[in-house]
Amino acid sequence: MSRSNRSRWSGRTVLGAGAGLLVVAFVIAATSGAYAISPSQLLGVFGDAWRGVDNPSPEHLVFFNIRLPRLLLGLAAGAGLGLSGALMQGLFRNPLADPGLIGISSGAALAAGLTIVLGAAFFPALPRTLGSWTLVTMAFGGGFFVTMLIYGLSQGAGGTRMALMLLAGIAINALAGAGLGFLSVMATDEQLRSLQFWLLGSLGGARWSAVVLVGAVVALALAAGMTLARPLNAIALGESQASLLGVDVERTKRRAVLVTAFAVGAVTATTGIIGFIGLIAPHWVRMLAGPDHRIVLPASALLGAALILAADTVARTAMAPAELPLGVLTAFIGAPMFLLMLRHFRGRV
Amino acid sequence: MNLSLECTDVSVCLADKTLLAPTTAAFRPGRFAAILGPNGAGKSTLLSVLAGQRMPTRGEVRLDGRPLAVHALAGLALRRALMPQESAVAFDFAAAEIVALGRYPHRGLKGGPVPDDEAIVAAAMALTDVSALADRVLNTLSGGEKARVHLARALAQLWMPPPDGAVRWLMLDEPTAALDLAHQHAAMRLLRNRSREGMGVIAVLHDLNLARRYADDVLILDGNGGVFQGAAAELLEPPLIQEIWRTPCQQVESADGTPQFIFG
Repeated sequence: MSRSNRSRWSGRTVLGAGAGLLVVAFVIAATSGAYAISPSQLLGVFGDAWRGVDNPSPEHLVFFNIRLPRLLLGLAAGAGLGLSGALMQGLFRNPLADPGLIGISSGAALAAGLTIVLGAAFFPALPRTLGSWTLVTMAFGGGFFVTMLIYGLSQGAGGTRMALMLLAGIAINALAGAGLGFLSVMATDEQLRSLQFWLLGSLGGARWSAVVLVGAVVALALAAGMTLARPLNAIALGESQASLLGVDVERTKRRAVLVTAFAVGAVTATTGIIGFIGLIAPHWVRMLAGPDHRIVLPASALLGAALILAADTVARTAMAPAELPLGVLTAFIGAPMFLLMLRHFRGRV
Repeated sequence: MNLSLECTDVSVCLADKTLLAPTTAAFRPGRFAAILGPNGAGKSTLLSVLAGQRMPTRGEVRLDGRPLAVHALAGLALRRALMPQESAVAFDFAAAEIVALGRYPHRGLKGGPVPDDEAIVAAAMALTDVSALADRVLNTLSGGEKARVHLARALAQLWMPPPDGAVRWLMLDEPTAALDLAHQHAAMRLLRNRSREGMGVIAVLHDLNLARRYADDVLILDGNGGVFQGAAAELLEPPLIQEIWRTPCQQVESADGTPQFIFG
């Protein structure tokens, strides 16, 4: 394999290809499903919407009420996970890092488990105040709390120690996993099913209000994340060399962790756990375009979005009318990819 | 104004281990200073303290008469570079991308003409003879090639005086350790030329002959708390060398009249 820069795609090419891939995935996802919509019907739907037609066709209703929110949630989720994966890999200076390392998913899962299994018994008032947002709010709060806990535990002499963060993350993740196991023993069959459904990830719960919220959080995360691109490039030289170049390393770490906690927290709270996208999207981008974070961050978001739309299309159609859990599919695709990555790095580990 | 870099009684201790015994020294712009001494004497530690990379346990470093700690991180980055002894770079960055990171502190500065970063990177790489490696992935290069890329990065970082015209300080931790003979001498000539243009150059070296030939001043840490500072021509004499490095040493004269040492 040539390791020369000349074999790389330019940043513009990769971003263009990522955007193209996303459009293709979006069209395929938009047209396939329980109610098939042909590409020409899809154009008609957009035409109707543009002209503000009063008496819409069935495909119009299906598209705008069911399919579009789901696609947009998938798009936001994939972009958030891809971006966060790239941020974490840059921060840990390790291509095998993942947002899960800093406890967002496990914290969200534990909080979701607590809400589903013990919520009715211990916090009966919660659904009254938060309504259908109860699970989302609790999951987001749990992920954020655990991430901040791990960040706090990793403070050592001279600032945030990444090795400490990694180890604290492993311990806290194990603790959350044990808590979740305990909850699943206490759960009724019905509670277990909804917990299982949540843990396996799905875009099935998409509604416009959630789409707008997650979309806004991910858009802000993208904007904030892009300001970290150049500092992360410098951090590739090592933290002390980066600070000699004038990078405020502590501020960069704090911001990367916060951006990831918000983006992945919001995504996971609405979709459940969707693994491997954050791990794989940045890796693919780096193989094509090289490691410059000014390209890797936005291109990972594009590729993550395309991957989730593709996986969700398979999830909806492969065993219709039954729906496969999205998290299961991304793991089915992701785990073999991960093994291929390990082979690729074997020479340098 | 006092335009020097001084350290007063700086020492570094980690747990109960002394990495650097109390050291007082002064460096001046326009001079090429070599830091010498046996393994474990604290040379690299002193350099990282001078660069502001490491806080001394005791003592103080002053730049332009002001404590280093009160200089802003971003301002220091415009006028001080440190070439590391070894550096593990994450991901497959190409050599030219690594050199371009030297321009990091200069982006978006107000005032003065906008520097042509691409031209600066190319010129710095030409100076250290790595132009042909520009597209190669850094982590696939040999140790000496990597060292020359990092040297080019340090040069690119200090390519032009900062907007306020402050003195630039180029610091290097064993810049020649991995280099072949021709590149060792080329690098040393380069450093001496930089000092003649007004920069302060401070390099940790092991090769006493290179230090004697190219450096103006030497700072010797003897590893037992002793510190000797003076002109290279005056301080580097066989008796002191034998005492500190515990190796028989005799002085000969090379063809151009520069004293050189033979050991053993």
